[in-house]
Amino acid sequence: MSYLEYNVKRVPTGLSKVLYLNWALILLLTAVASVGFLMLYSVAGGDISRWAEPQIKRFVLGMVLMLTVAMVPIWFWRNMAGLAYGVSLLLLVVVEVAGTTGMGAQRWIDLGFMRLQPSELMKITLVMFLAAYYDWLDIKKTSRPLWVLIPLMIIIAPTYLVLHQPDLGTAILLVAGGGIVMFLAGVSWWYFSVVIAAGVGLVAAVFTSRGTPWQLLKDYQYRRIDTFLDPASDPMNAGYHITQSKIALGSGGWTGRGFMQGTQSRLNFLPEKHTDFIFTTLAEEFGFVGAISLLTLYALIIVFCIISAMNNKDRFGSLLTLGVGATFFLFFAVNMSMVMGLAPVVGVPLPLVSYGGSAMLVLMVAFGLTQSAHVHRPRGR
Amino acid sequence: MRQSPRDTETSSRRISRRALVLGGLQTGMLGVLGWRMHQMQVDQADQYRLLADENRINMRLIAPARGLIYDRNGVALAENAQNYRIVIVREDAGDVDAAIARLKQLVDLDPDELERALREVERRSPFVPVTLTDQRAWEDVAEVAVNAPALPGITPDVGLTRNYPMGADFAHIVGYVGPVSDYDLDRMDDDDPLLQIPKFQIGKTGVENKLERDLRGKAGSKRIEVNAAGRVMRELGRDEGIPGSDLQLTIDSGLQNFTQARLSLGMSAAGVVMDVRNGDLLAIGSAPAFDPNKFVRGISSVDYSLLTDNIYRPLANKAVQGAYPPGSTFKMMVTLAALEAGEVTPDETIWCGGYTKVGNRRFHCWKRGGHGHVNLEESLQHSCDVYYFDLAQRVGIDRIAAMARRFGLGSHFDLPMSAVTAGIMPDKAWKTERYGQDWRVGDSLNAAIGQGYVLASPLQLAVMNARLASGTAIEPRLVKSEGGIETEVRGAVSLGLNENHLRMVRKGMYAVSNTRRGTGYGARIADDTMLMAGKSGTSQVRNITAAERARGVTSNADLPWERRDHALFVAFAPYENPRYAVSVVVEHGGGGSSVAGPIARDILLYALHGGLPPLESYPSYQRDEIRVMQESLPLRGAEGGEESSRA
Repeated sequence: MSYLEYNVKRVPTGLSKVLYLNWALILLLTAVASVGFLMLYSVAGGDISRWAEPQIKRFVLGMVLMLTVAMVPIWFWRNMAGLAYGVSLLLLVVVEVAGTTGMGAQRWIDLGFMRLQPSELMKITLVMFLAAYYDWLDIKKTSRPLWVLIPLMIIIAPTYLVLHQPDLGTAILLVAGGGIVMFLAGVSWWYFSVVIAAGVGLVAAVFTSRGTPWQLLKDYQYRRIDTFLDPASDPMNAGYHITQSKIALGSGGWTGRGFMQGTQSRLNFLPEKHTDFIFTTLAEEFGFVGAISLLTLYALIIVFCIISAMNNKDRFGSLLTLGVGATFFLFFAVNMSMVMGLAPVVGVPLPLVSYGGSAMLVLMVAFGLTQSAHVHRPRGR
Repeated sequence: MRQSPRDTETSSRRISRRALVLGGLQTGMLGVLGWRMHQMQVDQADQYRLLADENRINMRLIAPARGLIYDRNGVALAENAQNYRIVIVREDAGDVDAAIARLKQLVDLDPDELERALREVERRSPFVPVTLTDQRAWEDVAEVAVNAPALPGITPDVGLTRNYPMGADFAHIVGYVGPVSDYDLDRMDDDDPLLQIPKFQIGKTGVENKLERDLRGKAGSKRIEVNAAGRVMRELGRDEGIPGSDLQLTIDSGLQNFTQARLSLGMSAAGVVMDVRNGDLLAIGSAPAFDPNKFVRGISSVDYSLLTDNIYRPLANKAVQGAYPPGSTFKMMVTLAALEAGEVTPDETIWCGGYTKVGNRRFHCWKRGGHGHVNLEESLQHSCDVYYFDLAQRVGIDRIAAMARRFGLGSHFDLPMSAVTAGIMPDKAWKTERYGQDWRVGDSLNAAIGQGYVLASPLQLAVMNARLASGTAIEPRLVKSEGGIETEVRGAVSLGLNENHLRMVRKGMYAVSNTRRGTGYGARIADDTMLMAGKSGTSQVRNITAAERARGVTSNADLPWERRDHALFVAFAPYENPRYAVSVVVEHGGGGSSVAGPIARDILLYALHGGLPPLESYPSYQRDEIRVMQESLPLRGAEGGEESSRA
């Protein structure tokens, strides 16, 4: 165990751990979530009970979970990584077989008090498991084909299941998140070059397969791609989301129309205004200043994750922290690109801001893991 | 697997290196996001703001109130009445069928109308009010209002619609409005957005049609904010528009009412009354008429075919659209042309032997035996045709036509009524152009007695008569004021004719009406202060053939209605100080003096008295008959008569 090389006794114990938490990160997370509460209050037309209140309750629950996870030593979580991944994979199979159908896709398991999306869980457990894998692996073997194949399989298995739901957004996040952990662990550049080349080939294949019997994506996914490429071609139907979203965003101007004054969301021109498209309301009501501020908050969270990881000599801890940060980054970068018309509408929520239970709780638990890694990092002599 | 401290160090450095690379990539991505935000929210903000406003702001037109139409005394001829409607809002009604079933128990609903409305209810968004039925009586609306709790989603509503309180009296002059049709849109070349409002009412005939743009006004608008489903959220701004201009016509509604009623006794007839001093048209009658209100509401096909199939053509405004051979009423024109040309003197007599021979063709006088020696005054008094055959040959058609045109015959008067005809005042050039034939002497003879090619409308005959009476080139005027601004009187300048010549013609007309042997003596005014001067005319629609004469057809009564002669009469009064000119045409009525003359006289008397004339104004032997006639007239009620005045 690598910890033996360090003075494990220096690791804080008991309630004193609280003092060693990454408090800056907690503050940033709270600030971002508060922006979310404000926007949910606004899109509900000044009604706090509709979305804002349940979201606040979830955030509080998430905060409790995060702190709880943070108190538990990181090596416990490393030992649980395989199990967590296995359970997530199993749950994905369960949804595949018997999941409740909702929104045209089988995505959740109804636990009674909440709907659990195994795919959300998988975004974190995949990163966790890969981090544990590279922690275990002899670093000299990192780039050997066999030892590259194993993490690939670990990524591909859940990705296949998620893609089959079908949930393109999550599938992309899983592949990207997993790939980033492999990249951070030090897998040779060559593999990435090959994969990127293969990816380009795949995109070509996806497009050429269209309309043939071996079509790779569902029709609606193709239509979304078409709409992305030219939203104006179908402004009332497929392109409606993106067109209205861009109008809302752009009409915000420098300082926006003012809190609760966004006409696009209040008059229901915006679809899914409390979930995937909530950023447009923020941009409409608070303008460029508001949008860039939120982006800065997000960027700071990433910066603190990277700093924490670089100060952590524990391989699992640093990989996990960077992996969680990268996944978080992917969330908001894809969501913002999507609503600004830079990426297809793939159904990725704005982390901590969009209304939704699973995503919020899973993210808070993930940050709990980074906190645990931060608190329990090996201290030098 | 255990890892050596060296490996751990290596690994940690490698992770840090890769983390920095990743951080670099992420920074780049953040830069792209920030750039995109700037591009959309700062560089292109105006463009997106415009799109957002287009999304949410709708313009709704507000129809301006249509201009009202009054008669010369301020009596309403066309007004905007309350249109009581019953409307339903689906989302408020809940169960539409149940609500309608309850409504049916309270008011009668036309099944076709209801079916159409229900289809509309299905199609529209649930919050849009749909009219179930309109043009309802106040009682129906009150019924709905009282029972509101039992009729969820059903409410009474009120809008504006055109109403013509005078009914048929002004059907031809004022005309009527109706919902704008695709045909109207093609024809009008008018881009007024108001026309795009479904069922917007525009003028279809008469003044309503001709002065449409003045009456319509300017559209107002309101800017409303709508949500994505089209529901109105709030009103952002409002511009009331400009209501249409009110019009005041020169018509006297009391005289018009009497004229219509009196003409309708003649079956199919038309008459015009004009003020000789300023050209004001006081009455323009055309009988039979129709109720224009039926057209506003949407006339049923049965009612419409009743109007179109009627041989008396109720839809036509015969007073201005009808062109008739003026018959002997044209003789004043020939007289004046001859006097002005110096071709005849008043005392010169011409021998009437019953016919004139031109080449080997005989032109008969209406009096078989002839009139003997006839001078100018007698020629009018007896309406001797041979006298005029002679004058026509002396003067020639071109000089007659030139004179007639100075009196308005063959001219188009620019009045705001539908299809105002110019009639025909032929001359040599006209015939060459029209038929490619030379004018012949026989044509002049026919024209001299107002037959042949000559055609004139009752309006033109009234104008001719007014000009004779006043000696001025007075122009007819229908619109007295528009939007409060008085319309100018035109043509009140001398015709430039020798006043003696005019006086001789008037004297001839006086003889027609007031001498025992005058053709119009039976239709005279017995009041010495109001004596009239007139001229009868009886124009043939076709000749009685030799074969028919052989069968014994000698009089009009033996012929079918549509082949009988037209009866005409023109007159003015008082003779000493002319005030009113009148013309009457009774289609296929028979003799001008016996049929049209009394009508012209009655109308003149009504105008002179400003109401029903006392019986003393009539010759004593006719008074019983006149009383019966007056009592039988379907007049609008006493107050209509009182209101009219001599303006």
